[in-house]
Amino acid sequence: MILLHTTGRILRQLRHDRRTVAMLVAVPTLLLTLLYFMYDSQPGVFDHIALIMLGVFPFIIMFLITSIAMLRERTTGTLERLLTTPLRKTDLLFGYGLAFGVAAAVQAGFASALAYLLLDLDTQGAAGYVVMIAVANAVLGMALGLLASAFAKTEFQAVQFMPVLAVPQLLLCGLFVPRELMAGWLQAISDVLPLTYAVEALQEVGAYAEPTGTMWRDFAIVAGAVVVALVAAAGTLRRRTP
Amino acid sequence: MTSAIEVADLVVHRGARPVLHGLSCTIPEGSVTGLLGPSGSGKTTLMRAIVGVQVVRSGTVTVLGRPAGDAKLRSEIGYLTQAPSVYADLTVRENARYFAALYGLGQAEADAAVRDVGLAEAASQLVGNLSGGQRSRASLACAIVSKPKVLILDEPTVGQDPVLRDELWAQFRGLAESGSTLVVSSHVMDEANRCDRLLLIREGLLIADDTPAAVKASAGTEDLDQAFLTLIRRQGTGVPAPRATGEASEVPS
Repeated sequence: MILLHTTGRILRQLRHDRRTVAMLVAVPTLLLTLLYFMYDSQPGVFDHIALIMLGVFPFIIMFLITSIAMLRERTTGTLERLLTTPLRKTDLLFGYGLAFGVAAAVQAGFASALAYLLLDLDTQGAAGYVVMIAVANAVLGMALGLLASAFAKTEFQAVQFMPVLAVPQLLLCGLFVPRELMAGWLQAISDVLPLTYAVEALQEVGAYAEPTGTMWRDFAIVAGAVVVALVAAAGTLRRRTP
Repeated sequence: MTSAIEVADLVVHRGARPVLHGLSCTIPEGSVTGLLGPSGSGKTTLMRAIVGVQVVRSGTVTVLGRPAGDAKLRSEIGYLTQAPSVYADLTVRENARYFAALYGLGQAEADAAVRDVGLAEAASQLVGNLSGGQRSRASLACAIVSKPKVLILDEPTVGQDPVLRDELWAQFRGLAESGSTLVVSSHVMDEANRCDRLLLIREGLLIADDTPAAVKASAGTEDLDQAFLTLIRRQGTGVPAPRATGEASEVPS
């Protein structure tokens, strides 16, 4: 019950911030539209890039929002107060997971609707799988954001964890250079970064009409990375502080 | 009268700085205890230790017969931090309802707590848009919503006008009469007179632990402000404190 009340509280906070909600929905759709016109003269390229971007946007945006939200909980004293109540650490962490998962589903729903209906995005697999993977990516971004916030003392620091934790994953996931063409040591790094698997899962949806075993395996790896990040984040929530 | 809180030989360091040096005190159940002392004297640190959020170096803090911070105490204790710790992007009512829900309580209890702190008319305003005094009352509503057995309030009346202060103290008295134990830190001496007992802390040491009347009597004055100055000076000029050891002849000036 406390978990659901916490989820409700986080969504209510989001709802009072209308501009953030508007940007959550509008920014990915605007960027997708930009990509559509950029690759107007190169048929097929938009399909490839837009599909991956549908998964990458929620990852980056939820990472940023969660790391700032959690940092606020720490700096305003609400976290310390929550930890003196009967709330369990998992109520708080999964509360964030559920709340931002819902926000991510709305965001991915709008972005996918635009991409498929207006921008003629073409994938072999069903759009539902794209939304599913996008939500998993958002929850991954959220979990890493919760973890990163523990190492930031100010908003300035928190924002800069984005290039530290998110950008290398984006560079090495196979979007810019196919993974097979990377140097061995770069491939090895790419192999342990969760976004690599999220992108591969999306590419599987793009290439095959039916969900493949690789897609499900990649999805499970992303889910596993979420659990690892949440457990690590739980370790950073201390009831007693110096 | 049984004791709700027992602090024995509590030593706390924050960073490299020692804040409490072997402090001991007992707080009786169903009472309002005032915690007084200059800023930086260790009031907040003692309160944090009682709530169980402070890492302590040595000594024990026992609350309702359990070690401070015990999981079973979390539903019995309410804590108001000095800076208001409520969500600025929620309304007063939403804040109170969320904290009520953490204790398994419903909307009726939450709305009652909002009324008790005099915020009924501001209930649907965002906390971020309130004045400083209102914001700290919103935070207070979230601390009293569960009617906890032990209520630790760090400067709950700062920035409130005299009428509201009077009403809040009536609330505190009501909670104590229904069996809660309150520890309230304050800088306002007229509030100290409303407490059952006073703890005066200076530089991490307890220099008075008695009823307001007894504190005034021992200092030989009717004015609490003056009484505390007298006690502090008496301590500072080398009159050995009761717990001093055999080196009293070498007390530094």
